[in-house]
Amino acid sequence: MKINLKVWRQKNNNTAGKLVDYQLDNVSEDMSFLEMFDVLNDSLTRKGEDPVTFDHDCREGICGMCSMYINGRAHGPQTGATTCQLHMRSFNDGDTIVVEPWRARAFPVIKDLMVDRSAFDRIIQSGGYVSVNTGSARDANEILIPRTVADEAMDAAACIGCGACVAACKNASAMLFVSAKVSQLAILPQGHSEHKERAERMVAQMDAEGFGACSFTGACSVECPKSISLDHIARMNREYLGAKLSSENVQG
Amino acid sequence: MKLESKIPAGPLAEKWARHKFSLKLVNPANKRKYEIIVVGTGLAGASAAASLAELGYNVKAFCFQDSPRRAHSIAAQGGINAAKNYQNDGDSVFRLFYDTIKGGDYRAREANVHRLAEVSVNIIDQCVAQGVPFAREYGGTLANRSFGGAQVSRTFYARGQTGQQLLLGAYSALSRQVANGKVKLYPRTEMLDLVVEGGKARGIITRNLITGKIESHSAHAVLLCTGGYGNVFYLSTNAMGSNVTAAWRAHKKGALFGNPCFTQIHPTCIPVSGHYQSKLTLMSESLRNDGRVWAPKSKEDAVRIQKGEIKPTDLAEDARDYFLERRYPAFGNLVPRDVASRNAKYVCDEGRGVSKTGLAVYLDFADAIKRDGRKTIEAKYGNLFEMYEKITGENPYELPMMIYPAVHYTMGGLWVDYNLMTTIPGLYALGEANFSDHGANRLGASALMQGLADGYFVIPYTVGDYLATIGPADKIPVDSPAFKEAEQKVHAQVNQLLSIKGERPVDDLHKELGHIMWEYCGMSRTAEGLKLAKQKIQALKKEFWTNVKVLGDSEEMNQALEQAARVADFIELGELMVDDALNREESCGGHFREEHQTPDGEALRDDENFAYVAAWEYQGENQPELLNKEILEFENVKLTQRSYK
Repeated sequence: MKINLKVWRQKNNNTAGKLVDYQLDNVSEDMSFLEMFDVLNDSLTRKGEDPVTFDHDCREGICGMCSMYINGRAHGPQTGATTCQLHMRSFNDGDTIVVEPWRARAFPVIKDLMVDRSAFDRIIQSGGYVSVNTGSARDANEILIPRTVADEAMDAAACIGCGACVAACKNASAMLFVSAKVSQLAILPQGHSEHKERAERMVAQMDAEGFGACSFTGACSVECPKSISLDHIARMNREYLGAKLSSENVQG
Repeated sequence: MKLESKIPAGPLAEKWARHKFSLKLVNPANKRKYEIIVVGTGLAGASAAASLAELGYNVKAFCFQDSPRRAHSIAAQGGINAAKNYQNDGDSVFRLFYDTIKGGDYRAREANVHRLAEVSVNIIDQCVAQGVPFAREYGGTLANRSFGGAQVSRTFYARGQTGQQLLLGAYSALSRQVANGKVKLYPRTEMLDLVVEGGKARGIITRNLITGKIESHSAHAVLLCTGGYGNVFYLSTNAMGSNVTAAWRAHKKGALFGNPCFTQIHPTCIPVSGHYQSKLTLMSESLRNDGRVWAPKSKEDAVRIQKGEIKPTDLAEDARDYFLERRYPAFGNLVPRDVASRNAKYVCDEGRGVSKTGLAVYLDFADAIKRDGRKTIEAKYGNLFEMYEKITGENPYELPMMIYPAVHYTMGGLWVDYNLMTTIPGLYALGEANFSDHGANRLGASALMQGLADGYFVIPYTVGDYLATIGPADKIPVDSPAFKEAEQKVHAQVNQLLSIKGERPVDDLHKELGHIMWEYCGMSRTAEGLKLAKQKIQALKKEFWTNVKVLGDSEEMNQALEQAARVADFIELGELMVDDALNREESCGGHFREEHQTPDGEALRDDENFAYVAAWEYQGENQPELLNKEILEFENVKLTQRSYK
């Protein structure tokens, strides 16, 4: 099939970017979207033009590295899938596809379609863990966790940190990402002793990174490749409010 | 070179405990005077960095990904083994040890493997304490399943995302230490050389992938936790960025490389669909617990299926060959990976393969769905079935899955002693990057176990012994000649890659290397083929250094440049793998030499002549490497032919 591409090209964070047109004639419907970009880059390189820079690694939907905004949707038209899991059979012969990077103030563009998501790491560093040193754990079966609770924690823990939730949100809010971690650790007994501080600190860091406010439109959950539920945002709000009301460790 | 494995004396089950007591300790107040570099942030790297920082050491952690959470351990699906015996089904530390040694076809060290089995139980405790949401029973206890060739249920899992959850646990521990100021993170930073001075590892040279800046980092010890080298085959289940560069450059600085030809081909991957294919996707082998592997009995039926004239469901039961169940009645579909892979290859070589390419066999769930109901199967494998459908466009609830073997794991790696130290003092290798615990074949759900064992429970003890011996003053500044010289070399290589300005993109050359390796050094190897492969690789090396095309410049984000440096190292490694495969005149585990097989086609080991670790020593550019042997001694297990019949 024939595909027309409009791809965001930007040399670095200090220069302006623009959409550039490319045409590919021999696209197979069994190709993944990123393999289609490999083909594009191969032909650009052979012509002596700079190939398109984009993040990707595992190419099986779990590392969270790939991050393309395709025809106005994070990770493209499929739901519950990352860009690397999108295949060209989702498009028609002759389609024009617009490909942009994640757009959010907290995710500055590095080059072309690659952005800097280190803000997510800093949010986790602010409290997305259980404080337990190596070696000081008790026997695993001494902590009984009912299956339903473990399942719900797993639903939240499935987040791959790709940033699609931020890209999909009109406010570039990171609530779904942050709530997935807050919620996972709030549900589990292991995370309980730090749950108040965790909610406070992670929300404070999220705000400091420049993510927008949540207006609960639900776009994040729809575009999330792991279909993380909005319930976790509700739980985080409850955690945060509870922490603010009763915490002795009040922060800004 | 004399290889000292430093295996402690004493009975097998007491070796590790005795050794821990004999290791020197670093005074708590002195730990802050030491710097440790950790390269790679997968299970081994993240767990090591976090644990060492908890002890009080200053750690610098490097990864080429944009976040430590994305290291390729994240993609492991099936589970992690531990000898907890929660299921009361006869498991024990000794049984896990025995299964691992046997599964590795008696080419691993007894003492290392026993230690691995011992600490496996601590790993599960640690991960649960971190909040890893393992699967549970209704009563709240941990769930287990049997996995890949094991006759006990000792595998812990978190849906089909066990690697992800374990890595996120280690990443959270790492993040906590970053917040504590004990770990400094360097994401999007790639190690391009090791600095050795006075016979010791002194630090590393890195390239900042965003700015292109070449930088020096000095430390008392360097830990390489950089994963495996499966991408030497171009197509593998590894992530696109997984590479051998850090390990290979350490090898060229004097670290011996152990058993490079031991690679694992995983039986249950989604088959190749076309020449543009960039990677292969694994379907967890837990699927083999319920799926039945088969191919058409007759070539004629296979051809009709390949042409799309009939569907697999049209084939009557007696026209199907459940070849694993037929050949291995005791283990059936659960034979180890190497056995399952090789049998799929034979069936396809006979012309009985399916899919358009003829390079696939079926993995059929129809019986399991009939027996347990669709709901049960969905609960067990739902996400895997979904993944399969996304990639192939076919519904595995209705049509059997198609699978074919693909390169998945490399048992070979940097040679390390019992302390995980390489032949360069102060340089350690952990996880898949070392050669140690899996012998010639790794059992399912053992990779996660080994990565975390090394990082959480081995290195925190053994690195202290070295640091206490050298003392805090034994470190050199980054402006010393050794660092400057190494920086110069890295600059020179980067500039050389950019100045060739040839015709062929990096990927094109990488694909060619992959074809050579898969064809001649893959599932089945012959002396003749390996000799031919060596010539081809040498020619490819020349072609690479005269005809590679890398655009752009070095002072910017340049993905082609990163890739070019990695492929240059893969080419050199490829040649060593071929040498190693040629040298090993026996079949064992994943290494199958067609000249060495039993009358019914099983691997034929030669324990008299090859019960050793082949540790290769670099001798200079384009020089043949020198073979060193570490003889393996077996005092607790009897070497038998693996039989899964």
